[in-house]
Amino acid sequence: MLAFIVRRLLAMIPTLFLVSILTFIIIQLPPGDFMSSLAALVGSSGSSMDQATVDNMRHQYGLDRPLHIQYLSWIAGFVRGDFGYSLDWKSPVADLIGGRLALTVLLSLLSLTIMWAIAIPIGIYSATHQYSLGDNFLSFFSFLGLSVPEFLLALIYMAVGIFAFGVSVTGLFSSEMENAPWSPAKALDLARHLLIPAFILGTAGIAQLMRIMRGSMLEVLGQQFITTARAKGLTERTVTNKYAARVSINPLISVMGMQLPALISGATVLGIVLSMPTIGPLFYRALTSQDMYLAGTILLFLALLLMVGNLLADIALALADPRIRLE
Amino acid sequence: MNEDRKQESGDRSQDATTADAVSDQFLTGDAKGEQGTRAADEKRYGLSQWQLMWRKFKRSRAAIIGGAAVIFFYVMMIFANFIAPYDINRRWVELLYAQPMTLHVDTSIGLYVYAFDRKVDLDTLLTTYKPDPNRKIPIRFFVHGDEYKLFGLIPMDLHLFGPEDPKVAVYLFGSDRQGRDQLSRIVIGSQMSLTIGLIGVFLSLIIGSILGVASGYYGGSVDNVMQRMIEVIRSFPAIPLWMALSASLPQHWPPERVYFSITIILSLIGWTWLARQLRGKVLSLREEEFILAAQLAGADDRRIIFRHLIPSVLGHIIVIASLAMPGMILAESALSFLNLGLRPPLVSWGVLLQEAQNLETIRHFPWLLLPAVFISGSVLAFNFFGDGLRDASDPYTR
Repeated sequence: MLAFIVRRLLAMIPTLFLVSILTFIIIQLPPGDFMSSLAALVGSSGSSMDQATVDNMRHQYGLDRPLHIQYLSWIAGFVRGDFGYSLDWKSPVADLIGGRLALTVLLSLLSLTIMWAIAIPIGIYSATHQYSLGDNFLSFFSFLGLSVPEFLLALIYMAVGIFAFGVSVTGLFSSEMENAPWSPAKALDLARHLLIPAFILGTAGIAQLMRIMRGSMLEVLGQQFITTARAKGLTERTVTNKYAARVSINPLISVMGMQLPALISGATVLGIVLSMPTIGPLFYRALTSQDMYLAGTILLFLALLLMVGNLLADIALALADPRIRLE
Repeated sequence: MNEDRKQESGDRSQDATTADAVSDQFLTGDAKGEQGTRAADEKRYGLSQWQLMWRKFKRSRAAIIGGAAVIFFYVMMIFANFIAPYDINRRWVELLYAQPMTLHVDTSIGLYVYAFDRKVDLDTLLTTYKPDPNRKIPIRFFVHGDEYKLFGLIPMDLHLFGPEDPKVAVYLFGSDRQGRDQLSRIVIGSQMSLTIGLIGVFLSLIIGSILGVASGYYGGSVDNVMQRMIEVIRSFPAIPLWMALSASLPQHWPPERVYFSITIILSLIGWTWLARQLRGKVLSLREEEFILAAQLAGADDRRIIFRHLIPSVLGHIIVIASLAMPGMILAESALSFLNLGLRPPLVSWGVLLQEAQNLETIRHFPWLLLPAVFISGSVLAFNFFGDGLRDASDPYTR
């Protein structure tokens, strides 16, 4: 097991290297750099920056050096844990990203938990009541869940929150809790704000998982060890919930790796629409203000998050299903 | 299975009507005893793969409804300018944010709506519109209105329906911030939303099938490079990567160029999924005897790939394509909604939803969310359709 993890971690290094090069290419894609868009911005507000100042600042931030040197200094900082300085926010990128990344991970994990907690019982029900009215209804509902974009659900959630209940549901903390130190009350406040967004984020996932659970359950229920369990005189409840469900969960773990990208994508969009203090709005603002270094750093972090998540999903699968060999 | 395929491909010309008759008899199970069943079975072996797939597809009601809805959306897209009562830019400055008008039926004038009376609330400065029961606007079919070019070629001014005088506003779906007809904009917006998926999937298909099939067929270092490439692209979560790429499109680009760039950006990630799936399929097909036979007969790699492998995985490719469409449509709408995709003057469903970003707007003018119904509707249709196709694509399992 340990050897497997080490090997996977080592295999991640070349991929991460290529990912970082791709990210750097994206950083360099927009025409001009932050200085030229800053100069344009200052110019549009009436005053102007003379060319010497711009060149000076460009030199100060190292934007005039050749591309490969810029890449090397960027990635070297990354390895040392120095993510640079956001020209737009005038603050170190590490300070900007840290807490937001943690909240993004928290949101995604909560969403994953909700997905499993809802999808598994529904999947079991659908499989044991195949083609019943309930099964058909749930299966239609799952298709519907796959068809509504997250941003729309978030928009409706916001509108309903405001107009039906008079509660502002944006952000992750109530206004009085925003700057309070961490306390049980603040954690509760966070949980309250996080729960429904996590559910929204999981809608598509729930739909996918319950279909997979249903299919896998149906397959398992037809196998011989189920007949044996029944022949032993076990109650039907024990047979489904303990014998069949336990084995049927394995495919769910193996699709976890495939669901993570969608989860991170969704969390980004949801964060923007609900203006949560997650990574999404920061990324969005960095993109719209062409602060490409910040955007690139966030993108790289999201990719890293995804790779680590995939590794964890593989480990979980190996732990859950001993038949899987870690060649 | 291999034998089956050869036999079936030989019989492809078989009359479809007899096939259907056989299938009905076979499905309803009223075959006359053992003898009849065997006869039906034998006929079944004579069907081509496509006929078998169609029979299996037909059996799923959800797939048929989904398929019909997909056709509906694309017919709407093709004849969008004809179906839409107005030009997307025609506006009535005195009717901003007007709510949808209710259709009424009357035996003497047929379909009609009431014209709106404009009233400004002096306290809130909110404009409201009330239907005026004395002013009926009859709605006629096949009326002459705004000029357009059907398929971008044929100049026409005929519209499916509309008021007799094109200068009168009929808002069946309400109007937007600038007093433009929401229905016309949604119908014509389908051209962007649906083609972006179609072209995006098409591009992904071309890249994905060539690279995926080559990767599976050659194996070795070609496969290694390809797999590494896919792994790198898929290490990024899709939407953030799309966002970053489309944010780097220059602001001053003309809309058409933005449109094509967004399509290319979407397919840059889309192909990886397809290539992976096809690679697996080809890896298993490569070991089959008919490939070996082709190699022994002296066919070169190009011929084997294009004449044998791609036709064999064609059904699979179609399934993957139809399952990839919803993702493309959703991605376009999310990007456009965040102002990172298409932008006005282009009209797509996502662009139309930009108008509904503000909560106050949603509260007072909820009909601005109508484009979302079309997004979800088309995605739902594709999901049902694709799911049915997937089940049908393997007609040998019953």
